[in-house]
Amino acid sequence: MSTDAATSTNNSKASARTKSAAGEYLTFVLGTEEYGLEILKVQEIRGYDAVTQIANTPDFIKGVVNLRGKIVPIVDLRIKFHLGKVEYDEFTVVIILNLSGRVVGIVVDGVSDVMALQDDQIRDVPSLVTSIDTKYIVGLATVEQQMLILVDIEQLMSSDDMALLDSAIH
Amino acid sequence: MTIDMSQFYEVFFDEAEELLAEAERLLLGINLDSPDDEELNAIFRAAHSIKGGAATFGFMDMTEITHVLENLLDKIRKHEMALTAEHVDAFLSAKDVLKMELDGHRLATDVDQDQVADVKVVLKSLSEAGGVVIKPVAVAQAPAPVAAPVVEEKKPEVVTAPADGLNRFNIALPEISEKDANNLQEELGLLGDAVSTKQANGRFVIALTTDSTQDDIISICSFVLDPDDLVITLASDTPTIVPEHIVESALEVESGTEKTESKSKVAIEEEVGYGLFSVDGKDDVEEGYGFFAPFKPHADAAVVQLVGDDTVPSAEVIASENAHAEVHVAAASMSTSAKADSVEKKATPARRESDKAPAANAETSSIRVGIEKVDQLINLVGELVITQAMIEQRISMLDPVEHEPLINSVGQLTRNTRDLQESVMSIRMMPMDFVFSRFPRMVRDLAAKLGKKVEFVTVGAATELDKGLIERIVDPLTHLVRNSVDHGIELPEKRKAAGKGEAGVLTLSAAHKGGSIVIEVTDDGAGLNREKLLAKAQSNGLAVSENMTDTEVFQLIFAPGFSTAEVVTDVSGRGVGMDVVKRNISAMGGVVEIRSALGYGTTISIALPLTLAILDGMSVSLGKSIYVIPLNLIVETLQPRAEDIKTVTGEGRMVHVRGEYLPIIALHSLFNQHTDITDPTEGVLVLLEADGKKSALFVDRLVGQQQVVIKSLETNYRKVPGVSGATIMGDGCVALILDVAALIQMGQATNYLTGAPPFSNYTSNNIKSSNA
Repeated sequence: MSTDAATSTNNSKASARTKSAAGEYLTFVLGTEEYGLEILKVQEIRGYDAVTQIANTPDFIKGVVNLRGKIVPIVDLRIKFHLGKVEYDEFTVVIILNLSGRVVGIVVDGVSDVMALQDDQIRDVPSLVTSIDTKYIVGLATVEQQMLILVDIEQLMSSDDMALLDSAIH
Repeated sequence: MTIDMSQFYEVFFDEAEELLAEAERLLLGINLDSPDDEELNAIFRAAHSIKGGAATFGFMDMTEITHVLENLLDKIRKHEMALTAEHVDAFLSAKDVLKMELDGHRLATDVDQDQVADVKVVLKSLSEAGGVVIKPVAVAQAPAPVAAPVVEEKKPEVVTAPADGLNRFNIALPEISEKDANNLQEELGLLGDAVSTKQANGRFVIALTTDSTQDDIISICSFVLDPDDLVITLASDTPTIVPEHIVESALEVESGTEKTESKSKVAIEEEVGYGLFSVDGKDDVEEGYGFFAPFKPHADAAVVQLVGDDTVPSAEVIASENAHAEVHVAAASMSTSAKADSVEKKATPARRESDKAPAANAETSSIRVGIEKVDQLINLVGELVITQAMIEQRISMLDPVEHEPLINSVGQLTRNTRDLQESVMSIRMMPMDFVFSRFPRMVRDLAAKLGKKVEFVTVGAATELDKGLIERIVDPLTHLVRNSVDHGIELPEKRKAAGKGEAGVLTLSAAHKGGSIVIEVTDDGAGLNREKLLAKAQSNGLAVSENMTDTEVFQLIFAPGFSTAEVVTDVSGRGVGMDVVKRNISAMGGVVEIRSALGYGTTISIALPLTLAILDGMSVSLGKSIYVIPLNLIVETLQPRAEDIKTVTGEGRMVHVRGEYLPIIALHSLFNQHTDITDPTEGVLVLLEADGKKSALFVDRLVGQQQVVIKSLETNYRKVPGVSGATIMGDGCVALILDVAALIQMGQATNYLTGAPPFSNYTSNNIKSSNA
């Protein structure tokens, strides 16, 4: 992933932005990169508990946990995106997302802030080769010299390569 | 009128379905020789309510049928027509058609228009036949002093409780269009006799004579307008005090203001009133005005009512043309409490009471709650129980003397939590009656079709079972009942020859036994023929021997494609079904057992867990994880000796148990999970049986036996091969529940299909070869 992305403004492929991307975002850190996801998708933030492993699943699916009686799968985005140091301690953060009623937890390096972003702060994504398909990136924003990658977490989590659903809905 | 009606559709569908079921239940229970008026009325009301609802929502097909149905029912109800078996059949088929149409609207299923037309024709012809033939009888009866059979009146309650009066309501409508007012009048006309008048200020006033309560009126009106804008005044119970009402109503009676007024006088001065009344052409009214007086006027009122109803033009029509029904009724209710001075006082409470009774019926003391809310509640309580257990565990580490008050409080918390859990679990429980109630009809139809006589008995209909199970037990049970009627119970001649009563007895029972519920289908028919079964099994190529136990032999009927029926009927005999029954019941964690004695009958007994949500499980460990195996699928567990472990071509390990070679499925290799124990002799083999196949599952250790609450993995995740669900253990951790049937299949794919991908049956692409 690169920082020159901010320079390129328009790209036909990344124009998945049919609606305005403005809104409030929860920002989190993966390795050296800063990401943002729509705050309304976040149910809660909690520490990392022991998970129950599930047989024959990709390594980034850590397993399932008991979240107040619900069985919730935990995905380690650090493993999925090959970012950050994968270790689990008392500082490991899990963001519990509620995606149209489906509850999923994601492991990240840390949660930083909640930011309100305007449309004019958000730039389109150029086409890149990354481990995350750029169609799941809503846009890029620059906040205090730092690039923020805004992901469409719902689309990402229901995508085929996350293997979280029986079959990808979209 | 910009209300979006579609939001009410569901309510109507639910309600209509319930009404249809209720009507069917009543029809089946009705005594043909002396039908209970109360029941006839209930059936009529059901048809009527459906008609009203269907018309409101524009389901004209349903309205048409119910209309014809209602006409016929009305005649029977009024004793103009004797109820015959033919009628009941017609009503039942009408009910079926209505159900079909309802489903047509609700689920967009096909509606067989021919059937609809047939039923309509049958109902119409029945209705007309009765109208011509029987009506004169009714008319002849009308003036007769014996009132009971004459009561052909809209409110049948009158028969049983003569004091029940019709209520007369004056309903002042807010400003609405004439069209709406007319619609409303039509709707209200369904309840009774409605006359609408346009007042000078452009508003409408509807005078309604009905046995319905004010609530009914409001609910009908609320389809068209805001009930708050309605002004409903009750006129019937106080005619003596408020004669203005009647005077007012006179405006509505096109033909005779004077007469109505005179009638209000009638109401006031009872006997004189009757004299006046008879001026209208009923001279014999006065006779019997003593004790039986209430009946008399009622008969009159009834006739009037009838006229208003337009259903039966009769001799009385002319006589009572001008008479206004409510006046009669007022007179009637007053004369009931004949002592003149206390007339209003007595009449009023009597009417109030009668109002209450139907109201209590209409509003059952239950509420509708979405199942997901209940499930959420159950979840939360489950969590509470776990939290509570954790607190208890912490407490147990404290000094009992120093912390006695705390320990006591926690003890109380424990009890309360358990009670709470029990009550919450019981919300999902429903009585078996829900299932049983659909069988009398089925048995009746089947028996008629097959020319058999069957007496149907249910026992323990109040036994409660989890809703989820209730829904899933219906199909298997239907199949078993059909089988019993078709194959079990013999034809009447045959039964006679065997020295049994002509009518076979089919018993459906439900009872709690230990932690499970046992549902039994028992018939006193021919019983299962062991020899025939064995012979059939042999010819089907099944492995059988003469020295099999009866239980084993009887289990043969669950083999796919197995039927001993000589004739394939459209009821049963094709040999499909029993295997499905068994499979369905197994899927619910249940067990089927057959007891039978040749010549004496058969009992098929189904034992089910109380709830789908709880499973008796054996927890086993593998590496650091815990898995739960459903206990009912475990045959035995053993620690094998080295010499019992055999291999084929150095791979495919098997265990030799009591003369059988069973494939060993190593869970750690199937699930690619690390464990230190890779030699079966160091671990434990759990012998599993599912779908008739046995395998030995190799795990590290047995942990313990416990009941676990089943949670779906698929709610938030997806299906995992070899795992049927998850549960939360006492410490709050998640344990996966193994899907035994799938494991055995997976194991076979790994063990035997050399070269074939081990999970060819599973589409998931992230499962790579896990062959040991």
